[in-house]
Amino acid sequence: MACAMLFCAIYCLEILMLHSLKQTWFSNIRGDLLAGIVVALALIPEAIAFSIIAGVDPKVGLYASFCIAVVIAFVGGRPGMISAATGAMALLMVTLVKDHGLEYLLAATLLCGVLQIGAGYLKLGSLMRFVSRSVVTGFVNALAILIFMAQLPELTNVTWHVYAMTAAGLGIIYLFPYVPRIGKLIPSPLVCIIALTAIAMTVGLDIRTVGDMGQLPDTLPIFLWPDVPLNFETLAIIFPYSAALAVVGLLESMMTATIIDDLTDTPSNKNRECKGQGVANIASGLLGGMAGCAMIGQSIINVKSGGRSRLSSLAAGVFLLLMVVFLGDWLKQIPMAALVAVMIMVSIGTFSWDSLRNLKKHPLSTNIVMVVTVVVVVATHNLAFGVLAGVLLAAMFFANKVGHYMDVSSSLDEGTEHRIYTVTGQVFFSSADKFVAAFDFKEALDKVTVDLSRAHFWDITAVAALDKVVIKFRREGTDVEVLGLNEASTTIVDRFGVHDKPDAIDQLMGH
Amino acid sequence: MTHVIACIDGSDSAPAVCGYAAWASLSLDAPLTFLHVLDKRQYPTAANLSGNIGLGSREHLLDELATLDEQRGKLALEQGRIILAAAKEWAMAEGADAPESKQRHGDLLESLQELESEMRLLVIGLQGESSGGLSQHVGSQLESVIRVMRRPILVTPTNFRKPEHAMLAFDGSATTRKGVEMLASSPLLKGLPIHLVMIGPVSDESTKQLDWAQKILLNAGLTVRAEIRDGEIEPTLHAYQKEHGIDLLVMGAYGHSRIRQFLVGSTTTNMLRTATSPVLLLR
Repeated sequence: MACAMLFCAIYCLEILMLHSLKQTWFSNIRGDLLAGIVVALALIPEAIAFSIIAGVDPKVGLYASFCIAVVIAFVGGRPGMISAATGAMALLMVTLVKDHGLEYLLAATLLCGVLQIGAGYLKLGSLMRFVSRSVVTGFVNALAILIFMAQLPELTNVTWHVYAMTAAGLGIIYLFPYVPRIGKLIPSPLVCIIALTAIAMTVGLDIRTVGDMGQLPDTLPIFLWPDVPLNFETLAIIFPYSAALAVVGLLESMMTATIIDDLTDTPSNKNRECKGQGVANIASGLLGGMAGCAMIGQSIINVKSGGRSRLSSLAAGVFLLLMVVFLGDWLKQIPMAALVAVMIMVSIGTFSWDSLRNLKKHPLSTNIVMVVTVVVVVATHNLAFGVLAGVLLAAMFFANKVGHYMDVSSSLDEGTEHRIYTVTGQVFFSSADKFVAAFDFKEALDKVTVDLSRAHFWDITAVAALDKVVIKFRREGTDVEVLGLNEASTTIVDRFGVHDKPDAIDQLMGH
Repeated sequence: MTHVIACIDGSDSAPAVCGYAAWASLSLDAPLTFLHVLDKRQYPTAANLSGNIGLGSREHLLDELATLDEQRGKLALEQGRIILAAAKEWAMAEGADAPESKQRHGDLLESLQELESEMRLLVIGLQGESSGGLSQHVGSQLESVIRVMRRPILVTPTNFRKPEHAMLAFDGSATTRKGVEMLASSPLLKGLPIHLVMIGPVSDESTKQLDWAQKILLNAGLTVRAEIRDGEIEPTLHAYQKEHGIDLLVMGAYGHSRIRQFLVGSTTTNMLRTATSPVLLLR
């Protein structure tokens, strides 16, 4: 009920806003509905697989996927992007579910939503500009590896039947589209699932099926408040998980949004997407679903299938629920091997294979950032740590590079024993040592002039380095004169205002 | 606030838009600009329903979509140039003086909003390319254009006929009173007889208001004929229009909120749907 009322309220808001209603919802009805079906078919195995990763019943992931896909269609900032239960998020919940149970997961999902809405209001979406391209590539690759690794438990200690089924499934997925006529009309993952289920049922293979993995939904989701004590202890348990979920969810959503922006050549509203992810997660938590975020693989499938507007995400969510509720008995019969095949496809499709080819072309620092991001994620199973490591490393490499743009030259007036040092370029923490080392304190001089009028001092480290130079010279009995300090140090001020004036570049380069 | 801006696309309305735009530009003595917008979102999207993703799917998909857009973009650009050149020719034949043309990428509404400051009158066809010749259908983008723009808009049917008789539907409301004042101050309808029509029972109040409106228009040097008729608004207006051979309707647009219209529908949209003559919407 509450959900329905929320939808109504949001819908009315949409109507008010709306010259864009047609554009964001109904500009491409046929394409969106078809893409929605294709995406829903691929979402089912994913939601089941991710529930199993998180250690909860498949219905938790299926409800979450329905709920998130539907809510984000209304409140998201990137039409055409698909959000649902994801592997990146599921991996973060494992210990919470194991130690405290499902109710705490639902509470953590709610808190995660609240944090994400807060991030949206604080406009943290714009922080994505600090995430460099190589970190994004590393993130995507790490995600693909994690999804693949999550399938391994299904492939260890099993009979040869499972391997054969998985291989056959992959064969169908990648070869069926080449079948003339119907190949491009029927989603091949669906064909794979139906074919493998039929084989397993007719031959009567004794292999694991979805039904063995836990409860499937048999009704529409119902509203329920997580059954946890509302006290500080609960908060202390869920907060670390919620924070990690919020960060990873936003990271993956923002990156996916950028990918879809590029693919469709249309802009998105990143801060609205942050808030939308939060609202969707709260809705999911209240309907008994786990936290989710945008999905790179599914969003690509959506765009490839012709989905462009909000309608595609709504259709995906609705079709998903209809199929799950009405085909539940059939769903139980699907062999896990079929799901594993679909998930391996998602992992292959998510991995950026170009990045491997580009390792040779790109500079070493870029490659190190990418590889470190991947390694940290795979080691910690937390995408946030990987991105943090990648961003820090990228920033350090950048600081190091810019630090090279500093030069100190000097000339001596022999008659008066007066040396003039001319500093050019960027002086900051990374280049401060080089700056100090460029002065020769052992030279016996009467007077030294340090000309800073072509230098930029970016931080306090640079000022401290200059102080050090001046004091050292004074201790040797040399008079020191500093020229152009005011111009050089304008850049230290945090709100260094030149960037919004038209003559900014001249001022920066000129003096 | 200087130019007459006419929106052109490849639809059947284009020649009529040119004709009316040229007529308006001559009457207002204002320069004429033709605008053609290349909106990528109006192109159909290509779909591959195989639903699988494999090695380098993302990179390949980007290349594929970019190539597709490039091909369509080149074609559309060329087609747009031809359309604009033809529009200029038509307008010159109707006597317009050196019309300009503009081609923009993006969405129609945004492009128009960018041009709003230099816009005096917007001329746009009732139906665009995507309408596919359905009668009684208001173009898919027209309503939002009318709603958002704050300039007078001339909505044209598919055939051009130089306007001879104009009718102003008047109800005494603030919107229509403002409309009367706008007409009086504009040279657009100088020389056309204006039929001032009020629908409703004859009363002292309505007669007084009609007299006020008539006086303002007469003072502005326009030829005016005022009349009050009783009956349902739309059919009565249409009947009057037929009787007197009215070929230009003047009215205010969208006085009510979006919510109300969503629930009860809008007079403006209905009038546009049933109109066979051009409609001048005063904002």
